[in-house]
This record gives sequence, structure tokens and C-alpha cells, in this order.
Amino acid sequence: MNNRRAIPFYRRIFLALSAVFLLLPGPGTAYPQQKLPKEELLVLPGEVGKTGGRLVVALRGEPKTLNPLIAADTRSREVIGIMQADLVHINRATQLTESALAKSWKISADGLQYTVVLRQGLKFSDGQPLDADDVLFTFRVYLDESVHAPQRDLLIIGGKPITVRKLDARTVVFQLPETYGVGERLFDGLAILPRHLLEKPYQEGKLGQIGTLATAANQWAGLGPFRLKEYVAGQRLVLERNPYYWKTDVKGNRLPYADELAFLFVPNADAQVLKFQSGETDVIAPLGAENFSVLSRQQRGYTMTDAGPGLEYNFLFFNLNDLGEKASAELARKQKWFREVKFRQAVSAAVDREAIVRLVYQGRGTPLWGLVAPGNRRWGNQRLAHPPRSLERARTLLKEGGFSWSNGADGESTLLDSDRKPVEFSILTSSSNADRAKMATLIQDDFKQLGIRAQVVPLEFRSLLDRVTQTKEYDACVMGIASFDADPNSDINVWLSSGGTHLWNPSQAHPATAWEAEIDRLFGEQMSARTFEQRKKLYDRAQEILAENQPMIFLASPDILAGAKNSVGNFHPAVLEPYVLWNVEQLYVKSGQENATR
Amino acid sequence: MSAPRTFVKWLVTLGSLHAIVVCAGFFTPYDPIEQDRKNPYFPPMRLHLVDEQGRLHLRPFVYALKLRAGTFDQYEPDTSQSVPVKFFKSGARYRLLGFVPSRIHLFGSEGTRICLLGTDAYGRDQFSRLLYGGQISLLAGILGAGCTLSIGLCVGAAAGYFGGWRDNALMRAAEVFLALPWLYLLFALRAFLPLSVSPLKAFFLIVAVIGAVGWARPARLVRGVVLSAKERDFVRAARGFGASDFYLLRRHILPETSSVLLTQAAILIPQFVLAEMTLSFLGLGVPEPTPSWGNLLSSLQQYSVLVSYWWMYIPAMAMVPFFLGYLGLASSLQERLEPYKIERRIPGGLA
Repeated sequence: MNNRRAIPFYRRIFLALSAVFLLLPGPGTAYPQQKLPKEELLVLPGEVGKTGGRLVVALRGEPKTLNPLIAADTRSREVIGIMQADLVHINRATQLTESALAKSWKISADGLQYTVVLRQGLKFSDGQPLDADDVLFTFRVYLDESVHAPQRDLLIIGGKPITVRKLDARTVVFQLPETYGVGERLFDGLAILPRHLLEKPYQEGKLGQIGTLATAANQWAGLGPFRLKEYVAGQRLVLERNPYYWKTDVKGNRLPYADELAFLFVPNADAQVLKFQSGETDVIAPLGAENFSVLSRQQRGYTMTDAGPGLEYNFLFFNLNDLGEKASAELARKQKWFREVKFRQAVSAAVDREAIVRLVYQGRGTPLWGLVAPGNRRWGNQRLAHPPRSLERARTLLKEGGFSWSNGADGESTLLDSDRKPVEFSILTSSSNADRAKMATLIQDDFKQLGIRAQVVPLEFRSLLDRVTQTKEYDACVMGIASFDADPNSDINVWLSSGGTHLWNPSQAHPATAWEAEIDRLFGEQMSARTFEQRKKLYDRAQEILAENQPMIFLASPDILAGAKNSVGNFHPAVLEPYVLWNVEQLYVKSGQENATR
Repeated sequence: MSAPRTFVKWLVTLGSLHAIVVCAGFFTPYDPIEQDRKNPYFPPMRLHLVDEQGRLHLRPFVYALKLRAGTFDQYEPDTSQSVPVKFFKSGARYRLLGFVPSRIHLFGSEGTRICLLGTDAYGRDQFSRLLYGGQISLLAGILGAGCTLSIGLCVGAAAGYFGGWRDNALMRAAEVFLALPWLYLLFALRAFLPLSVSPLKAFFLIVAVIGAVGWARPARLVRGVVLSAKERDFVRAARGFGASDFYLLRRHILPETSSVLLTQAAILIPQFVLAEMTLSFLGLGVPEPTPSWGNLLSSLQQYSVLVSYWWMYIPAMAMVPFFLGYLGLASSLQERLEPYKIERRIPGGLA
């Protein structure tokens, strides 16, 4: 009973006051945690988690904007993906579409008309309701040429834009100019924008200037699980729970579970690993195989997961651009070899893909012979040959292609072309990507066995891209692409001869070769094919043509490697981006204690 | 110990260290660019004379390494499999001193490779790469220092001997050079050079870049010596007898600068080796797969290598005896040559 006396008076007042504050509802609970009667919420299956806590993730670099209309960098898109939502969403685990803001959708018999019905009771993260006008506004902005939205290209089919009209307050009809093989996957990633915030800036032509990271939290809204809370330049971006989010778990608890999601900005992958190792961040992905094994070896309170083969494909390609007068005599001479299909086939036969998987990915990867990465479950051509490495075959192919060898004094042989000139060229790689630099060094040694002298030139990624797509002053290059979706159309710019990432000879006015024209034709047909089987058949053929002509020599595909603290629940990394945050609304913190002390 | 004996001691130490590097082909068991793709990141193998059973062997041996199950890069010695070291063994071709073709290596083994300093990410023998890498790094340092000193000598002699506006112009230029931020200038310079260069061209580029950078300090030192030397009586006498400028410089003045130059050389060489290492470490030096000390260290830029494979640091340790040798040589040179020189008698003679 003396204990009460021991506490000074002012402390007692303070304690009493804080008790009152604790009993008051916090800002996050102003909106009911349980579903309202007229709301049509999406119920997510899976483990029921615990509400509260904070998730911390390290981001490699700072996002440039929160505005989906101008975001071009991956960091911005990663953050925007969490703050915004789309009509139809591709489930990262099943790789199939599922309903999102759209409760349902119907495709007309001719495949040209998509009727989309919105969920009832949807609200933006600032509490403003969403209706068909927001959807109409969104697509008007995306399609407006003066806005320069990156989404515009996706909505132009066969040179004509998609048209959108409203049936009623919750129903929208999309009219496609021609059939589009991708179907409703088209809507994935197209954020529905808040008309009440953007209409005025749009009319004033100021859309590009809003949605910066410095935007006040109440001036920005989205439909994603988290909304903006705080941004500290150079340090972190903190998001808080969107109280109006439209998903619940099976028990009817409104998602997301976590109160806060913080992104810490770090300069590179190694810093990401260090932060994770020291317990400052909760999840990490994607990881390089070497860092993965470092973390696996000293596991302390976290679990490392190999999610299996991903959608990244790494490849070597040669400069096949038709440069005409502009090409230096040196490059023109080299291009004569590169254009020889036997030369490219020989190179492919000589590359030791198993060694790449073992030495670069420490076995956590898959050798690759085609453009479809093994993580893509539905679209790979199973009949594609996987010839093992054979220097013998490579030499035979080179001989057939008119190459010969000369023997030096020290027993090393040099490959000579038909003019008896030695075959030498350089291979560009990105200096910031240690994996690809390693691949290039291995390939260099493979080439040495054939008598080809290759130099590896590490280059800063932007100048590398500039050389490959703009100036076209290079011999060969090792690069990688990670598809954002399993559907082949996500890589259409790689396939089509007119595509900007048709790397060996980008943005052609007319297909340079007969087989490129054939791939273009197959892709055109595939676009308007209605069934999966039809599309798959055309796509299989395109893969065969590519394997035959080897414009890209495919090397290997890494597994998606991720890690999470043991205290993070519902951690199920997927092989599609964003690898661990795709189900961010379901991630939860198991023990509140551990996180509170940080 | 007297100055001359210290000098000889350092000279012998340095000489033998360099001899090992120059004859890398003989002292190393393998070709430095040969990949052994099955065995990446071998830890250094220990030489044994006594086996597990406590028996003494006259011929040193190593235990073969086996991969620990379920790992990619964790090895343990397989004590059931000992690999005896064979001396004067025939192996990969090389050219001794750059021209004598040979296949004889100081040591080697049958079957399993002996990797005294482990292997790198591609299974290349680190010991072989270390010695071969020394050839590049040390030669770059020595040639670079030679370049620098010849430029420094010419500029310093011209400035000191002719004096007047020429002196002013040359010395102001030297000051500008001293004030430049060299590392960043080196980056800029290397960035302007062609993208893909053969290892040989890259090497000479580095030498030229390093050599062109450091001439200002030796030039100022030489100028000081020349300035005092040209006023000495025997020089005046020679001039009085009608000696030409060139004769005076060659016969009487430049010999006075020899001690300064030698000392400078001993200081500059390790500095320039370090410069080569910096450039190669940052990927601006000799390209893969040719080894150089900077190249060997560049894998340490990755965190995973830094914490997993301690033997990748060894190239950084390798330069310690060399640098120590050069700096010891420099100080004993100074002690040995100083007493006879005149700059001590003229206050402020050394700029």
C-alpha cells in the first residue's frame, strides 16, 4: 500500500493521462477493422495472421516518384505497386489472373469487349469512394499522348487505342480494336488513379509534377494495402496501413496485418545483406547466390528460401545491326562472322552452361537453351533440344562455316576466318553485375579453347545500354532480362524485329532476315489466337526458330533466393516480381515484442 | 651496422624477391589462367611431413580436399588421400624470362592439384596467379618510376640550369601538376582510352598514365641540385675553358643528381605499384584473365568473398615485403650517398 505513495504526484497524473490515451482509438482504427455490410471485399485464403507491428525492407536505391504516370525505374514501381491497385491482378504464386478491384469481368464472344464490374464500397486510402468515373479518368490519362505515360504502349493494340466507356456507376466496358491474346492480363499493374486528386493537375497539364516523394501524406492516395506516411530523403520511406483496404483474411479481418511498412534506402546488394544480417530489415529478395550462401551459413533467427527457377534469362548476343556506311571496317569484318549462323551455333555449343550454373549461381540456377525461363511453367517448349557442351561439335560447325586454325609456336591455336584473319572480339558486361562479369570470364575461357581471343569489357550499365541500343558500337554483350510476367507477350519487345529490346538488332523498320520475319508473323498470329493451345503452338514454333538461329546464346537462369526473419508470418516468396512483397498485405509480425524493441 | 652493409642487405633481399617473381613460370606449378571449374574456392592446402598416423615422410605431401556434403564451397582435407609433392616436375608450358621455353616447374604433383594459397572463383591457382601478377604490378611500378624520373630529370635539369623564365614556366607547371587530384584524373584519362584493349596495350597504358603523373616532385628536387651544382668552382672552371652546356650537364652537373634520383626511385616504385593496384582493383587496369595484384584483390569488392574466403586477401599481404625492401633501400641509399653531396652545404638547396 506504500507503493502508491512512492509514485510522485506528477507521475501519477502522467500515468493516468497515458492510460486515457491508450484507451482512445488510434488513427488506424477509425475505420472498422471488420467488413461493413454493403462492402464487397476480397477474401484471401491462407494463414490468419496477427494485426500490428512494423515490417522493414531495404530498397536498393531511392524511388524517384510515387506517381505511376511517370515512374520508369524499378524502385519507384516496386513502391507504387504496394500503394496502388489494379482491376485484374496476376497472382504471383499461381501465375494466373484473379479478380482485384474488379469483382468480375466478362469477355464477349468475339474477344473484343471486356465488361468489368467493380466491387461495391471501394474507397481510396484517403476515404474517397471509387467509381466508374475514376476508371474512365485513369484510362483517359494513360492514353493521353501529352502525358507520356509508360502505360500507353500497353493500351495501343495494332496501332489503335483501347476505348473505355461507362455503363453505370460500377460497370465499365473496354473495347479492343482487335483481339488480344493476353486477355485480361492486360490490366495487371495498371493502377487506378484517384480522380479527385489528379483531375485538376491534369487539366493544368501538371501531372508530371505531382506525386513526388515530398508530397504531403494527405495529398496522395491509392488503392493499395499501404499509404504514404513519411519520407526522409536519403534514408527511408515509411508507409502505413490503408484503413480502407478491400481485402480481408478468411476470418474477416481487414488486411493488411502490419501497421507500417518501412523502406530503407541502401546503395547496393551488399548493404542490403548487411542490414538483413544485423536484423534491421525483416525480408530480403532477390539475393545473389553467394550472398545467399553467406546468409544461410550463419543463420541467426532467419530462414533462407530458394523459391525455385525464376523468369530471368541471361544470354550472350552479337552485334547484328545493319550499320551500312557507319560501321567501321573493323566492325564490318567482325559482323561477317557474327552473321554466319554456323558461327553462332558453334559458340552455343562451346559454352559450358553447367559451369555457369555451378560457379556463378553455386548450383542455384538452371542452364538455359531458350528464351523461356524454367520458372515459366506454362510456356516453355519441352521439345527444344538441350545439347550438352561439345567442343568437337563447335569445331565441326566452325569448319563448315569456313573457319580454320593456325598453330602457334607454344601449341596454342588461333581461329582464322575465311580471309585468314584471327577471330578476336570484345564482350561487354555490366560492371555492377558481378554474376554476369563472371559468366563473361567463363565464356572467354570457353572461347579460348576454340582459338577465339575474346576480351571482357566491364562497363557501367547505362553506357552499356547506350552502346547496344543507340550507338551500336560493340561486338558482343552478355546481358540478362527478367520477364515481369509469365505470358510471352511481356517480352514481345525482345521477340519482334521492331522491338526496342530486340537486342541484337533493335527497332528494325523491316525484318532483316527471313526467320525474324517468320517470328514476327507467328507473334502477330499468336496475338489474335483465342485459345491457350493455339497460342502455345505458335509460340513453340517461334522458340524453335530462335534456337535454330541463335541470335541470342542463352546461358542460365538463376533461382529466386529470398530470406525472412523467423518472426515474419505468411512469407511465401514467388518467382515473379515483387518476389517477397507480392503478398505484403498478408505478411505479419509473429511476436510483437521483438519488433517493438528495435 | 654500417650504411654500406645495410644497403647490400636490402639489395640482396629485394633482388631475390624480384628473381622469384621474374621466374614465376619456374616457381609456380600451374598456368595462372587455367581454370579448374570443378574446384572453386579451394582453401590453401597445408604441406605436411607427418601424416595422421604420426609417420614421418621425407617427401612433403598435402591432403586432397573433398567437398563437404550439401555445400558448394566448403572443403575438408581427405586424410585417406595424400598427394606427394614432386620436385622439378614437367607441366604447363611457359617462357622463362620471357624467351626461354620450358616446362619444368619447381614443384607439382600427379593428379590432384596442389594449391598452396587456394583457388579463386574459377578454380585458378592463387599461388600461380600471385607470382605472375607480381610481374605485372612490379614491372608497371618500375617502368612507371623510370618514366617519371626521366621526365623529372629533363624538366628539373632544364629549369635549374637555364633558369630565368624557363625555370619559372617549368616550375609553375610542376606546381599545377602537384595540385591536381590525381586519382580522379586517372579515372578520367582511362575512361577516354579505347574500351577494349589487349592486356599488353592496357599494361603500357597504365605505365604511361602512372609515369606521366608523378614527375613534378623529382623535377623540383633535381632542379635544386642542379641550381647549386652549376655554381660550383669546377663547373665554373669548365665553363671558363669553353665547355658547352650539354657537356657541362652531362659531365659535371647531372652526376650530382644521381643520389637524389636513386632515392626517389626507391620511394616511387612502391608508390606506383600501389597506383597500378588501385587502378586494377577498380577495373581500369589489365583486363581479366591476366593476373595483377590489383586484379586479384578486386574480387574483395563483393561482400560474400570478403567474409567467406580469407585467402583472397593474401595478394594484399604479398606487397608488404616488397614495399619494406624498397623503403629500406631508400633510407640506406640516403645514408650512403648523402655525405658526399653538396646540397647540405647550401642552405635551402633542396626545394
